[in-house]
Amino acid sequence: MHNETASDRELLYEEQYKRAQKEQSFMRKLLRNKLAAFGFFVMIVLVFTAIFAPWIATHPPHQMDVTRTLLGPGEMGHLLGTDSYGRDTFSRIIYGARISLIVGVAAVVFGAVFGSLLGVISGYFGGKIDAIIMRIMDGMMAFPFILLAIVLMTVFGQGLMNVIFAIGIANIPGFARVVRGQVLSVKEADYIDVTRSLGAKNTRIIFHHVLPNSIAPLIVYATMAVAGAIISEASLSFLGLGVQPPTASWGSMLQEGKDYLVLNPELATISGLAILITVLSINLFGDGLRDALDPKMKI
Amino acid sequence: MGHPLLEVKQVKKHFPVKGTIPFVPSRQSVKAVDNVNFHVMPGETLGIVGESGCGKSTLARLINRLISPTEGEMNFKNKDLVSLSKRDLRTVRKNIQMVFQDPYASLDPRKRVGQLIEEPLVIHGVGDSVSRKRRVAELLEIVGLNPRYQNRYAHEFSGGQRQRINIARALTLNPELIICDEPVSALDVSVQAQVINLLKDLQKQFQLTYIFISHDLNVVRYMCDRIAVMYLGKIVEIGSYEEIYHSPKHPYTQALLSAIPVESPYENKERIILTGNVPSPIAPPPGCAFHERCPFVMDKCKTETPPLIETTEAHRASCHLIKKEEE
Amino acid sequence: MGEELLRVEDLFVEFKTGSIVTKAINGVSFSLHQNETLGIVGESGSGKSVTASAAMRLIPNPPGRITSGSIVYKGQDISQLNESKMRKLRGNEMSMIFQDPTTSLNPVFTVGHQLMESIRIHKNLSKREAKQESLRMLELVGIPAAKQRLKMYPHEFSGGMRQRVMIAIALSCQPQLLIADEPTTALDVTVQAQILALMKDLQREFGMAIMMITHDLGVVWETCDSIIVMYAGQVMERGSVRQVYDKPLHPYTWGLLDSQIASDQNSQEVLPAIPGSPPDLSFDVQGCPFADRCPYVEEICRESKPARVAIEDGHEVACHFQTDTSELTRKEEANIGASATGS
Repeated sequence: MHNETASDRELLYEEQYKRAQKEQSFMRKLLRNKLAAFGFFVMIVLVFTAIFAPWIATHPPHQMDVTRTLLGPGEMGHLLGTDSYGRDTFSRIIYGARISLIVGVAAVVFGAVFGSLLGVISGYFGGKIDAIIMRIMDGMMAFPFILLAIVLMTVFGQGLMNVIFAIGIANIPGFARVVRGQVLSVKEADYIDVTRSLGAKNTRIIFHHVLPNSIAPLIVYATMAVAGAIISEASLSFLGLGVQPPTASWGSMLQEGKDYLVLNPELATISGLAILITVLSINLFGDGLRDALDPKMKI
Repeated sequence: MGHPLLEVKQVKKHFPVKGTIPFVPSRQSVKAVDNVNFHVMPGETLGIVGESGCGKSTLARLINRLISPTEGEMNFKNKDLVSLSKRDLRTVRKNIQMVFQDPYASLDPRKRVGQLIEEPLVIHGVGDSVSRKRRVAELLEIVGLNPRYQNRYAHEFSGGQRQRINIARALTLNPELIICDEPVSALDVSVQAQVINLLKDLQKQFQLTYIFISHDLNVVRYMCDRIAVMYLGKIVEIGSYEEIYHSPKHPYTQALLSAIPVESPYENKERIILTGNVPSPIAPPPGCAFHERCPFVMDKCKTETPPLIETTEAHRASCHLIKKEEE
Repeated sequence: MGEELLRVEDLFVEFKTGSIVTKAINGVSFSLHQNETLGIVGESGSGKSVTASAAMRLIPNPPGRITSGSIVYKGQDISQLNESKMRKLRGNEMSMIFQDPTTSLNPVFTVGHQLMESIRIHKNLSKREAKQESLRMLELVGIPAAKQRLKMYPHEFSGGMRQRVMIAIALSCQPQLLIADEPTTALDVTVQAQILALMKDLQREFGMAIMMITHDLGVVWETCDSIIVMYAGQVMERGSVRQVYDKPLHPYTWGLLDSQIASDQNSQEVLPAIPGSPPDLSFDVQGCPFADRCPYVEEICRESKPARVAIEDGHEVACHFQTDTSELTRKEEANIGASATGS
């Protein structure tokens, strides 16, 4: 007798449910956080800059001009001035974004793949395997990164690939730890037992249940790691171990700029600011990501 | 009477205790399940009651082979679950399913409900994706959920609905035995009754056999044909529900029954209040494990472990008092 | 019964998470007298715990907020009282015990330390006196070998013993009002019986009022004088325990009473259950919140929220149809309802 009103109500609930779903969608949750939205925006700009560098840059990045050395910002058509070789700072910053992003992302992907694999094995199977893997990771973590990079660079030589390789290796233990910790807690969950009692094999449990439930902190950590890798690349380049001149990199620009800190402070300042803004916005984005990725958290 | 579906013989599970000296294995162990014997007939519901730490959940995990027993034999349809190969175990598992206590923790939060219910079929390679989808819809219908909801995530459901999802999942492969480990204790009373009704209904519909673990004696009484009472890893009394409820033989069972809350504000219950705590399962007291708290303790209880003595047919209790009565 | 100790009048509490507002409590009123035990019964999400926290002004803000209503304690409205005055009140006059005795004690301090700390915060005692006092409290709540136990850590105690310690801490300042939020839910039945007996004994000794929050009607029958039945943040029915047991007026109360499994329950019969689940309070609920699950629902139930009506002295119900329901019709109707839902 109340069927009609009941179904009306059900429809109403359905509608309310859908509205709530929309409210809780990932992007909305992410962008509701103002700082994360800012970080996200800067990152988009950065990616576009890197991709379309040849069109954005006003000069070729390696073009030297001895007649136009150490110009200030805005002088003679150079937006941000020139360096001691007369190369356009603005264009070099634009091209530098490419290096930073490539190294940051590639090194983290490298570290994440191998680190996660080790972390999952270690956390899921435990026992002796766990002890061995984690002791090796501890050893790697105790080893100073710069020293590790120097060793790798001297063995394999310098170059973009090797920078990625070195930073990637340095990232492995961090990922292994994060993933292992996550796997340890996920594997204790009731639903893993349920799945096992259904007769599922380890591979299924790992790839269908353990990994998907460990992925959120992994993504957050990876985002933060990209910021770290960009700094690492800049440090290596600053020390002259990174990308080789004349390739533009923010680290090497900072290094060159430091000699002119008194007369032309903007040289070092600009590249320093580029690093700062990039790393900051990635971290802000990562923080927002952490909150938005939690399916149970309502912001 | 036919053949039992499951026969548990002398099963022990001892968890080693971490020693105080690293790398030196300790000789102590937690005797979570200690020498347990019982059987389950097809189509019946065996209740296992006891307080926290009595080993009832460990027993459930042993039968389901989530963990392996230290000793003993478990025959399911005449196959020993303990000595089965990994592959055979997987096929046997199709026949033994489990419903866990916590409806919130037992469903993967990153999977849609439809995927979760389908998973057992995928694991065992049953059917194609179309027939599997049909089965999922059918199962949702059976447990009283709208099949339209299969694209939602578990956290969008209430506790009772989640427990229905868990039950649907356990039913997917048409098992014969379902182990329910406190399936309703995390639910509100009004919802509890719904889920109990569902379980009873399904039992009739699909001729299921249940092992029903709970600490709520009223729920167990309502659900079960026979009841086993556990204390400190051992079964201290087992029998039909009438026997256990109307003439409990073991003092612990008596205390447990007397502790059930009253049913009306007019009722005044005479209680056997137990003193002291459940002893440590690492070093259980000699003799009867219950003797330190037993109101009827005798000298014999402190030294001699009482065996399970048959009092009537299908009612056994391990207490020295029974012998004495007979004498 | 003594004089009125606490009166909650038309209380509204909401929680705001992002753009979603959950109206957890919608117009709750009740009063509690000295020496009285009031049972607050309801399912999870019914707002019973929030009501208790609100009475002690323990609702975290943000996200929670008391939007309107008054909480009158000993004639003084404490709903707007500042935090420092509230703190004083909380320790000396009212205290609370929680459901989970494992998490409510700090694992890194000894039990004696925690007990002494709470005694010394509220009473001006020297260390030695505080120690004496904690020893006395532990003995009072029936912990054997109290002297040795003082030096032990919470993890060395069993669940029941921990709850006893929590009670000792809660009672150490001799409160006039003790709020017990599901104090025995996490405990085994035999331990539950012990703890409830202990609480009754202590009430007799100290004469305090107890607010017993529980989902278990058995606990209410055993310990309480009066009861309020909550659903979706509202009081559906309130009265003395015997009034509500003898003559439950609200269909929800009937359902609750019927779905308790009795010891003489015929196991061949289908259990009477309330179909459906409680409404989501982050959505607007129009009319009676129970309408969706009520077997006797009429048009009016969905349109307007029923007002609270006093049927007899102290027995109130919020339902449009509570005029003539005798015990007989209730049983009859419940059976019809049961067979309808069981099919």
